Amino acid sequence: MWKFLHKLASPPHFYDLSAKIIPWFVVPGTILIIYGTIAGLFYAPPDYQQGDAFRIIYVHVPAAYLSMLAYTLMAVSAGIGLIWRIKLSHAVAAAAAPLGAWFTFLALITGSIWGRPMWGTWWEWGDPRLTSELIMLFLYFGYMALRAAIDDTTKADKASAVLALVGAVNIPIIHFSVEWWSSLHQGATIVRADGPAMPTEMLFPLLAMILGFSLVFGALLLGRVRSEVLFRERRSRWVKNVVLASGEQG
Amino acid sequence: MLSGKDLCLLRGDRCLFQNLNFALNSGELLLVEGKNGCGKTSLLRAIAGLLEFETGQVDWNGQSIMADHQVFCSDLVWLSHRVGFKGDLTLVENLSFETGLRATSADLLEPSLDRLGLTPLTGLPFRALSAGQQRRVALARMLMAKAPLWMMDEPFTNLDSGGQALVRELIAEHLAGNGLCVVASHQDIQLDAPVIRVPL
Amino acid sequence: MTSREDTMPGLWQGFMAVIRRDLLLAWKRPGDILNPLFFFAMVCTLFPLAVGPSSEQLSISGPGIVWVAALLATLLSLNSLFLSDFEDGSLDQLILSPQPLPLLALGKTVAHWLSAGLPLVLVSPLVAVTFQMPGRTVGVMMLTLTFGTISLSLLGAIGAALTVGLHRGTALLSLLILPLAMPVLIFGARTVALAAANDAVSAGIYFLSAYCILALTLAPFATAAALKISNE
Repeated sequence: MWKFLHKLASPPHFYDLSAKIIPWFVVPGTILIIYGTIAGLFYAPPDYQQGDAFRIIYVHVPAAYLSMLAYTLMAVSAGIGLIWRIKLSHAVAAAAAPLGAWFTFLALITGSIWGRPMWGTWWEWGDPRLTSELIMLFLYFGYMALRAAIDDTTKADKASAVLALVGAVNIPIIHFSVEWWSSLHQGATIVRADGPAMPTEMLFPLLAMILGFSLVFGALLLGRVRSEVLFRERRSRWVKNVVLASGEQG
Repeated sequence: MLSGKDLCLLRGDRCLFQNLNFALNSGELLLVEGKNGCGKTSLLRAIAGLLEFETGQVDWNGQSIMADHQVFCSDLVWLSHRVGFKGDLTLVENLSFETGLRATSADLLEPSLDRLGLTPLTGLPFRALSAGQQRRVALARMLMAKAPLWMMDEPFTNLDSGGQALVRELIAEHLAGNGLCVVASHQDIQLDAPVIRVPL
Repeated sequence: MTSREDTMPGLWQGFMAVIRRDLLLAWKRPGDILNPLFFFAMVCTLFPLAVGPSSEQLSISGPGIVWVAALLATLLSLNSLFLSDFEDGSLDQLILSPQPLPLLALGKTVAHWLSAGLPLVLVSPLVAVTFQMPGRTVGVMMLTLTFGTISLSLLGAIGAALTVGLHRGTALLSLLILPLAMPVLIFGARTVALAAANDAVSAGIYFLSAYCILALTLAPFATAAALKISNE
C-alpha cells in the first residue's frame, strides 16, 4: 500500500496515470450533467411556493457544495504536503484553490439571482449561507494572494499550507457565527431525519448534478495538477522527454 | 561531533551543491570557502537548521539536528552579518536579553566587554555604535554563551586589523577548550588549529 | 562546561525575557503605541461625520463602529510585529535559541497585546460616551474588546509571521486576517448591541472567551511554523 502511494506521488508516474484517468471523470460527468440539466429544467415539477425560480438550485447547490469540498481538499493536501513533505500534494493544493474560488463565485452569483425573486433583492445580508460563502471567497483570495506574493515555490507551498490549515480550523467557527448572527434562509432540504422533503422527480436531477459537477471538478483538478507538475519539474529530464515526444507527434 | 552526509541544497531552481560530506570533531574548525554568491551562507544556515536540505542530514553527537532542534540549539551560538540586536536598546540591555534565551554566565559579561574594548560604550544605544563595534558586541554574546559549537558567517566583516586578530585569538581559545567552529569566509582564516576545508 | 544545566534559563524566564524586551522597545518608541490609538479615535470620529449627527442612529450603530475601528487599529499595529526581528537578525537568534519557538512567539504576542490591545480597551469608554452608550453597555464592550483584542493579536500574529519580509505585506496581511477575524467581529459587535438593547449577553461572552482560549492554544504553534518558513 505504502509503496503504491509512494509511486503515485512521484510526478512522472502521476503524469502518466492521470492522463488515463481523466476520461473516466469527464465522460460520466458530462452525461450526468446533461441528464440533470434536461430533467431538472423540463421534467421536474415546479415548486409549489417558488414556481420555476427554484430550478437554479441545479447549479447553485452543486457549486456551493464544491466550494466547500475544494477547500477541504486543499487544506487536507496542504497538510499532507507540510507533514510528509510530498511535493505532489502541494501541487494539488495549489491547483485546487482557483477552482474552489470559481465555484464559490458561481454559488454567490446563482444565490444572488435566486434571491431576486425570493426576497426582492439581489443581496440579502440576513442570509447566513450567502454571507458564509462570501467570507469563503475572501479566504480563497487570501490563499491565492499569499501564494502569488512569494517567489520561491517551496516557500510558497509551505506558507500557504499553514494558512490553509488555519483557515480550515476557522471555517466551522465562521459558519457557526454567521448562523448565530442571523437566520432567514430555508432550512436544509435534501437530507432530513424523516426522509427527503423533495419529490424524487426534483431530487434525482439534483443528485445527478452534484455528482456530475464533482466528476468534472475532478477532471479539471487533475488537468490543473498535471500542468502544475510540468511547470514545477521543468528542469527535470522526464519533462524534457514529454515535451520532445509531444513535439514528434505534432 | 558534527557531521553532514550526502547534503544537497536547492535555492529556487539552482542547485548550490550536492553530495557534500563533512565530519568535524572537538577542537576542529570547519572552513566553508568560496566566492560571493556560491552558497556559503546558505550552507551555514542549513547546517544550523534555518534552511532545509533537499537530501541528506546533519548529525550532532550522532543524532539528526532536526530530530530535536532545541537540544542542538542549546549547544550552538550563531553569528551572521545581521547580528540580531535592537538598535533602541543599550548594549547591556541587549546582552541581558540573551540570558533569558540560552545558558550564559553573568559573571562573564564584564570581562568579555572589557576584552572586546566595549566597556566605555555600555550605556549607549546599540544604534549609536559603529559597524565594527556592533560586531564586537556579537562576539561578546559568543563569549557569554557556554556553547560548544560556534557558527560564524564572515566573522571578519567590518573589523579593523586589531579586531580581526582578536577574532582569531577567540576562535583559537575556543578550539583549545575542545569547542567546535563552523566558519564561512571568503578569506583565509590563518590559524594553527586543525582546519577542515569545504570549498564550494 | 559542567555547570551548563544550572544556568540554562527556564521556560518562564525565556517567555518573560521576550515580553520584557518588547515592552522596553515599545516604551522607547511611544509613537508605535500611540499611532494606532489615534487611528482608532479618528475612525470613530469619521462615522458620525459621514452618517450624520442623529444620536438615535449613532447609538444603534455605535457598537459596530467601535468594533470595526478596533479591528482596523489592531491590524495597523500588527504589521510591525515581526518585521524588525526579521530585518535585524533577531529572528535567527530566536529560532536558534534553546527555548521553544511557540513560547517565544506567544511572548511576542502577549507583548503586542499589552502595548496595542490593552490601551485600546482602556481608551474605548471615551469613544463609547460620544455614542451615548449607557454604563452597563460600556462594561460589556470593554469585556468583549478584551477577549476580542487578545484573539486578534493571536490570529494576527500568524498573518504577520506569514507575510514578514514580503513586499506589500500590509495589504496582504489584511487580506489574510480579516476573513478569519469575522467571528470575533460578529460576536463582539452583536454582544455589545444586545447589551445596548438590554438583552442577554452571556452567549456572546462565552463564545468570545472560548475563541480566545482556542486561539491561545493553537495560534502560537502556527505562528512559530510560519516564522520558520518565512525566515528561510
